[in-house]
Amino acid sequence: MIDIAKILFTVILLNNIVLSQFLGVCSFLGLTTDLKNSMGMSFAVIFVMVVSSAITQPIFQYLLVPNNLEYLQTVVFILVIASAVQILEAIIKKVFPPLYKGMGIYLPLITTNCAILGIMLVNIQESYTFFESLVNGFGAGVSYMLAMFLFVGVRKKMAQAKIPAFFEGLPAALVAAAIVSVSFNGFKGVLENIFGR
Amino acid sequence: MADNKNKNTCSCACEFSKGIIKENPLLVLLLGTCPALAVTTSAWDGVGMGLAATFVLVLSNLVISLLRNIIPDRVRIPSYITIIASLVTILQLFLEAYLPDLNKSLGIFIPLITVNCIILGRAEAYANKKPVLPSIFDGLGMGVGFTIALFLIGSIREILGSGSFFNIAIPFVGGDNILQPILIFALPPGGFAIFGLLIAISNKLNAHFYARQPAELMDHEHYPGSIYDYQNTLLEAETRDAILAGGQLDGAFPQIVERKGE
Repeated sequence: MIDIAKILFTVILLNNIVLSQFLGVCSFLGLTTDLKNSMGMSFAVIFVMVVSSAITQPIFQYLLVPNNLEYLQTVVFILVIASAVQILEAIIKKVFPPLYKGMGIYLPLITTNCAILGIMLVNIQESYTFFESLVNGFGAGVSYMLAMFLFVGVRKKMAQAKIPAFFEGLPAALVAAAIVSVSFNGFKGVLENIFGR
Repeated sequence: MADNKNKNTCSCACEFSKGIIKENPLLVLLLGTCPALAVTTSAWDGVGMGLAATFVLVLSNLVISLLRNIIPDRVRIPSYITIIASLVTILQLFLEAYLPDLNKSLGIFIPLITVNCIILGRAEAYANKKPVLPSIFDGLGMGVGFTIALFLIGSIREILGSGSFFNIAIPFVGGDNILQPILIFALPPGGFAIFGLLIAISNKLNAHFYARQPAELMDHEHYPGSIYDYQNTLLEAETRDAILAGGQLDGAFPQIVERKGE
């Protein structure tokens, strides 16, 4: 149980998926100008992250490893994620129309989001079990949401600030992201004290 | 560019050179930001990542350009992703065998070249409608531009953050000296800050020399997963919401109005 808690809190607070591991930076910078859109994207990411963790981990463990095909993991994972996203989109559209209205348009964008493939590869690299992969996937999604949520606020304030013309937009956003990223380093001591290292 | 006889087609030399400064994939087109932030703690890692991406980019442009008339339009993105993922697997096996140190320090960012927006973007924007030779030079130019940008970020972060350059310690820095390396530049925040500063400088130079903003250059529809692609989706969602709410924009955006009826 303590292992599960450690995985969850480490991925949410210490190894924040966007601000420390640099996965999904494109969507982070592209969508954080608006709260509603970034939350829609975050929910879609959490959802796809959990579902594809649940699919890729068994595929790797029971299909690729027994046949000595580990080197095919990149090809297999990207195809699994792409098709899972397509199928999910169709299912949600039919079964939960209100949910589709909230996050439907973000689902096609997720295939090329490196956060998903990145976390699937981390699951394999750290040789997590099935349940640990699920927790890691869920935690990564939540940490993506946390980063998005914090940064939307920062950008809202920044929109009112006077910024030199060539710094406007992304350069200023990146410098602000650096400062937000510093704050996540502060959790290092907290987590080491709780879980030990 | 003196040998460019036909004004309508760009010569191979100019295909090659445009990727380096005028359309630098990282600093002007803002593609491939993830590796640019993650693996640039040292100059050597940056160059290694750049060369790895160049390898995949040139070969994927070559293969996709050869197959451009065979792949059906509707399944082109999955086909491109499969081609790119296979090339990345080849690269990964090669690095594991011959450059294990580089492979270890780049970690999961080698397999993540598969979802790098530069490679899919160049396939969509260039290789699927141009002949083989220009596509190869386009890939090579973009790759070299990406490598140079990663080298710049990597060297700044390594010099300031670790007090060394290509793993050679700079004299009078670190150890017992008064000058100490600034650790924060080697940590994640330093990556964001240096990358932001370099983009600002490149914006300034762009406005000065070419009198244009980088965003004007981008055809976001051709770059799936790039920052502009997300911003475009965001705009689309806002317009759609506005239409659904008040209907005051009726007729102004025909293709979005169509979508409403679905």
